[in-house]
Amino acid sequence: MDKKFIYADNAATTRVSQSVLDAMLPAFTEAYGNASSIYKLGMDAAKTVLASRETVAGCLGAKVNEIYFTAGGSESDNWAIKGAAEIGAKKGKKHIITTAVEHHAVLHTCEYLEKHGFEVTYLPVDEYGRVTAQQVADAVREDTCLVTVMFANNEIGTIMPIAEIGKVCREKKVTFHTDAVQAVGHVDIDVKAMNIDMLSLSGHKLHAPKGIGALYIRTGIVLPNLIAGGAQERGKRAGTENVPGIVGLAQAMKDACADIPAKNAVTSQKRDRIIKELLKIPQTRLNGHPVERLAGNINISFRGVEGESLLLMLDMNGIAASSGSACTSGSLDPSHVLIAIGLPHEIAHGSLRLTFEEDLSDEDADYIIQTVPKVVGRLRAMSPLWERICKTEGLNADGSKK
Amino acid sequence: MIYSEKVMDHFANPRNVGEIENADGVGEVGNAKCGDIMKMYLKIDNGIITDVKFKTFGCGAAVATSSMATELIKGKPVEDAVKLTNKAVIEALDGLPPAKLHCSVLAEQATKAALADYYRKNGIDPEPIVGKIEDCADCESCGS
Repeated sequence: MDKKFIYADNAATTRVSQSVLDAMLPAFTEAYGNASSIYKLGMDAAKTVLASRETVAGCLGAKVNEIYFTAGGSESDNWAIKGAAEIGAKKGKKHIITTAVEHHAVLHTCEYLEKHGFEVTYLPVDEYGRVTAQQVADAVREDTCLVTVMFANNEIGTIMPIAEIGKVCREKKVTFHTDAVQAVGHVDIDVKAMNIDMLSLSGHKLHAPKGIGALYIRTGIVLPNLIAGGAQERGKRAGTENVPGIVGLAQAMKDACADIPAKNAVTSQKRDRIIKELLKIPQTRLNGHPVERLAGNINISFRGVEGESLLLMLDMNGIAASSGSACTSGSLDPSHVLIAIGLPHEIAHGSLRLTFEEDLSDEDADYIIQTVPKVVGRLRAMSPLWERICKTEGLNADGSKK
Repeated sequence: MIYSEKVMDHFANPRNVGEIENADGVGEVGNAKCGDIMKMYLKIDNGIITDVKFKTFGCGAAVATSSMATELIKGKPVEDAVKLTNKAVIEALDGLPPAKLHCSVLAEQATKAALADYYRKNGIDPEPIVGKIEDCADCESCGS
């Protein structure tokens, strides 16, 4: 029998799908032309890029000339935020609104801008990791140049009320950007209906390769050019187009954005079954919103257990997962997201994130349900913190109440 | 991040996990906030560490460094165990990633804390022998 291997870290990255690979391969060895060249090989590449742009635009409800290909989500976030800041600064508007639970591509960009004279409001979130449109409305000032709120949280899967926030921003005439890296392909998105001005997305989260992404920029927002050079991406981001990546992204978007509700119904049923079973482990809690969350996201904290050892031991048992623990990030501070939803440090250190899609088999779900409690039990048995918790709270060694 | 094979081996099969009843020395260092706690138990007969056990809450490197520290001091005279350094633990594990160096410091501190407890129980002031066991709150690794 092959050694068990369940990949449950799709929020980190995904495998390139067969349909994406098939779509990409000719662009490497046959249709390899430079899309700026005038002969047929080049023109074909330009046509491929255009068709891909149309596909990506179609999936978001955007216009074709509003899609700019980038190297990924972090680049898109950096461009959108620094660009909006530059536009704002010219009008004397140097205030940005974001949330405490954004991805570091957003948070660190905001911190960079703070060092350059901008003021940033980090909206606190509720216990599930959500901000409200009212919070945004209350935070908007005369000098606010940008609101940037993630669509769905990468750690706890909580989905933000993006349409409501978009409405507020439109009413207040403030540019609204959303980092939708975790949401695209998992949540139906219509940038026009949701009043989104800019949206970042990344290919490798939806079965396209790493190194390709896009930024949707609404017509009317004249973002400063990101890379000076040739006329690619309407002169805004120079550099010969990554045609294979672009083709791959378009195919991945086409695949991912079809039948999202049907796929989510299947995925969320698996998610809820695993959550229900794992919460039977004593001294365990679900992080993130119970309903307003990505269909394939589970984030659970186990008291007395540290996240990195949990991941290493799960990996030994054939489950690849992630954690919000400090030790996986190279710093000693646990996840800013888990701290923002109010978890004490010691509990935030012991979190487990499982992210999967509709193709997780029932057998694999059962395996996860059987394996996680064993691993948690083994780590608790050697944890002096767990020993202390049981002693001070009068619990049995397995964490059950006496 | 890459762990050496030795680190992975000591994480997967940690040596000397457990507790010792009526131990001659017990030391605990670290705190839950930083995400690592190590507790070490020593059985000492005629100045020789005849048994050692540990319990650790922490990352892979925390478990591996505590496991290695117990191996390095088991069967040794206390005078030798006092000299255990985090560097020796790192070397014995074929290295640690830079972000994990503090775990080896913790393993050294856990050993020293257990030895200090042994000296104290025997009416000897441990500080001139094992030095001062730093409070985790003063540790520079933790930003808080």
